[in-house]
Amino acid sequence: MQIDTRGLSCPQPVIETKKVLDTKVEQATVLVDTIAAKENVSRYAKAAKYSVEVNETSDGWSLELHKL
Amino acid sequence: MKNTERTTVMTAGALLGVFSVLLVYFGNPANMGFCIACFIRDFTGSLQFQTKAGVQYARPEILGLILGSFLISSIKKEFSPRGGSSTMLRFFISVFVMIGALVFLGCPARMWLRIAGGDLNAVVGLVGYILGIGVGAIFLNKGFSLGRAYLQKKTEGSIGIVVTIALVLVVLFVPSLLINSSKAYAPAVLSLVLALILGGVAQRSRLCTVGSFRDFFLFRDTTLLTGSLMILLTAFIGNIITGNFHLGFANQPIAHTEALWNILGLFVVGFGSVLIGGCPLRQLILAGEGNTDSMVCILGLATGAALAHNFGLASSSAGTTSAGRIAVLLGIAFLFVIAGTVRKEVVHAN
Repeated sequence: MQIDTRGLSCPQPVIETKKVLDTKVEQATVLVDTIAAKENVSRYAKAAKYSVEVNETSDGWSLELHKL
Repeated sequence: MKNTERTTVMTAGALLGVFSVLLVYFGNPANMGFCIACFIRDFTGSLQFQTKAGVQYARPEILGLILGSFLISSIKKEFSPRGGSSTMLRFFISVFVMIGALVFLGCPARMWLRIAGGDLNAVVGLVGYILGIGVGAIFLNKGFSLGRAYLQKKTEGSIGIVVTIALVLVVLFVPSLLINSSKAYAPAVLSLVLALILGGVAQRSRLCTVGSFRDFFLFRDTTLLTGSLMILLTAFIGNIITGNFHLGFANQPIAHTEALWNILGLFVVGFGSVLIGGCPLRQLILAGEGNTDSMVCILGLATGAALAHNFGLASSSAGTTSAGRIAVLLGIAFLFVIAGTVRKEVVHAN
């Protein structure tokens, strides 16, 4: 499952991530393009018991979330 | 990681509280060490976009906050020109956010500072602010979105910064170019330096008074809320020390006692700020990071301020005006229409 939140204002990247994690998926990839979104999505994912792996992309970051 | 973020945002809140007490001590208006709404309004006066005597002064705090964010985001390589997300809607939402703030008499930062000074009218206003944020959060959950922002050219992202630097030079070296009819202000260099520091720390911490409640409603995340509470705590202690704490409703500095309009004024500010993704303070910080939509929000706030004084919408210590009350009701209707009709595009793909 890929969630493309690039360009969205706060807190929409987290809302979109939450909607997907709420369905108890095992894995999700979230694309973000601001540091605030990267931090906020990571913080939310960790609180929801997902591991977060951050990879840089050409226009931001790709966050790999895995259920713990 | 989480604790570091919380510590940074608490530091930013504490600095805002302490600096505010200092700026009041050194000459800023009471309970107004920082007020993004009032200071942008004063700035429009200094440029004669409105000509109300007493509220015309090129407040260096506004410039310092933008530049502090710009400097630190440049050093950290976070400066990134972005924009194009419903720019016109953001402009008009900001116009109403300013009108709501000037009917209440303060932005959310000043709301905390007023509470910290014992002004119970601001506690009443806080109720409206939280309600507005709650309503905004419901629309966000239902899929409200102003759409995506995109990478912009360096020149597009930098023009606001260049203008800010030019205004700093004017304020420091040829202040006579601008109108100054304000009677209450701290020394310009002190205002500028404290705002530069605060702008930098606010950029690092993402301090946001609207995010404080929004993130709690949506995700039960209290990181930003602790920042807001630190503003309250430190300014409260500072006011006690400097003898500026006076508990009550009546005779509060630059405030009125009309509960309904304190609530509805800040309702517009809270609701509107959720829709544009951050409170007025946060828009200054985002502008410093190169966010051109936030720069337009500042212009919208400035336009709202000029309208508020040119058409008698702004309140005074004597109370609200009928024009101001009508403008707030119009603002509420406008925000509901925008929040209810603007939807997001699909962002999930398998």
